[in-house]
Amino acid sequence: MLRPFELCEPTSVAEASGLLAQHGDAARLYAGGTELLLAMKEGLVHYDYLVNLKTVPGLAGLRRDADGTLRIGAAATHRALEREPLVREHFPALARLEADVANVRVRAVGTLGGNLCFAEPHADPGPLLQVFAATARLERAGGERTVPLTALFRGPYETCLEGDEVLTEIAVPPLPPRSAAAYLKFGYLERPSVGVAVALTLDDGRVADARVAVGCVGPVPCRMPEAEAMLRDRAIDESVAALAEAGRRAGQAADAVTDLHGSADFKAHLVGVLLKRAFAQALASLRDGSPVL
Amino acid sequence: MDPMKEVPMTVTVNGERHQLTVPPWETLIECLRDRLGLLGVKKSCEVQVCGACTVLLDDRPVSACTVLAFEARGTHVRTIEGLARGDDLHPVQAAFVEHGALQCGFCTPGMIMATVALLEENPTPTADQVKRYMRGNICRCTGYKRILEAILAASRQPGHAGPGDGR
Repeated sequence: MLRPFELCEPTSVAEASGLLAQHGDAARLYAGGTELLLAMKEGLVHYDYLVNLKTVPGLAGLRRDADGTLRIGAAATHRALEREPLVREHFPALARLEADVANVRVRAVGTLGGNLCFAEPHADPGPLLQVFAATARLERAGGERTVPLTALFRGPYETCLEGDEVLTEIAVPPLPPRSAAAYLKFGYLERPSVGVAVALTLDDGRVADARVAVGCVGPVPCRMPEAEAMLRDRAIDESVAALAEAGRRAGQAADAVTDLHGSADFKAHLVGVLLKRAFAQALASLRDGSPVL
Repeated sequence: MDPMKEVPMTVTVNGERHQLTVPPWETLIECLRDRLGLLGVKKSCEVQVCGACTVLLDDRPVSACTVLAFEARGTHVRTIEGLARGDDLHPVQAAFVEHGALQCGFCTPGMIMATVALLEENPTPTADQVKRYMRGNICRCTGYKRILEAILAASRQPGHAGPGDGR
């Protein structure tokens, strides 16, 4: 049973932000509720007011700019992202990730913005959006700012959002030409234990750029600069040969914690395994000439 | 607008329109079971993992345990009670019976509603597509082989996804 709360239904971002400013810690933004309502039902958190973001028009939209940047409204559901032709065609790795989030019922209701803002560490989208160098637009009454996804997460269940800020849009720039991305995860519970995202850019038989991010294993998803440096700017074969060591470094750097999803050692090991496989998947899709993002 | 302690709403449930006023913290499963007496909606895990409470909000399968009742405003909610016509079972129900795809039956309403949603979206799924779609519906008795067989058999029935009037 949920404890009683009151419902606010703003019709603009400024109004939503104003409600957050007015009620402070007694209010929380509510979109899909797939995370928030679980925590509220457990009695872990309580709010006197839920502010329904879905009544603000235009926050669930998806569009692609002339430069190829995908702009995802924060209230777009996983299901919409999984199905949207724009995403499937131009960001197939993201569409595949979204098609595999939790289960079909969660995807039908849960939103990308809610997923990011709840900052549950065992979540899929963070690492892939980080290798895409995605950004988040945060708005409040009278101002807005854009932060990279690498700066959004501060800790488990904690983001850089100020109390009256609203995440309104996630912008995902396209990768350079001759690039491919892949996201792989492993888990035996409802949520993943480990998630690894890779984006590769090839140029003339070389790995011109390699981006790696790891999620779920530690407190926050993060890019792995040390592993990236070992894989980048090398002949493809050299890069492949460096994968084992890059995976070991990424496993160490991921700050793995021991929890119900597995021991820290186990997760660190799996980071290496998934890095190899994700790298191979991205490379194979480039060589096939099939999905190139 | 002032915060609401009650939400007025019109909702269609299995083809029948209802005017309701619900508190914002009422879950859809409480609304369906306690207000409307639809006891085929089963409460089990309460954390959106098991699928026993699966109902359809328009064409979307949702966990009634973790969706707030007011979210059904203006939608058509379909539950297991809305599928059969008198003694005529819906093709998916008939396939589950035919293939012995249930034992204790507690997961069955959710399994069947998820199947209805699947077949409306993809009338001729492959076995792999069925497994993937149904991954979030858990059965603790039978194993999944007969459920899979029933779903594939239902998908071969003409008119299985017959939409519209409450089905």
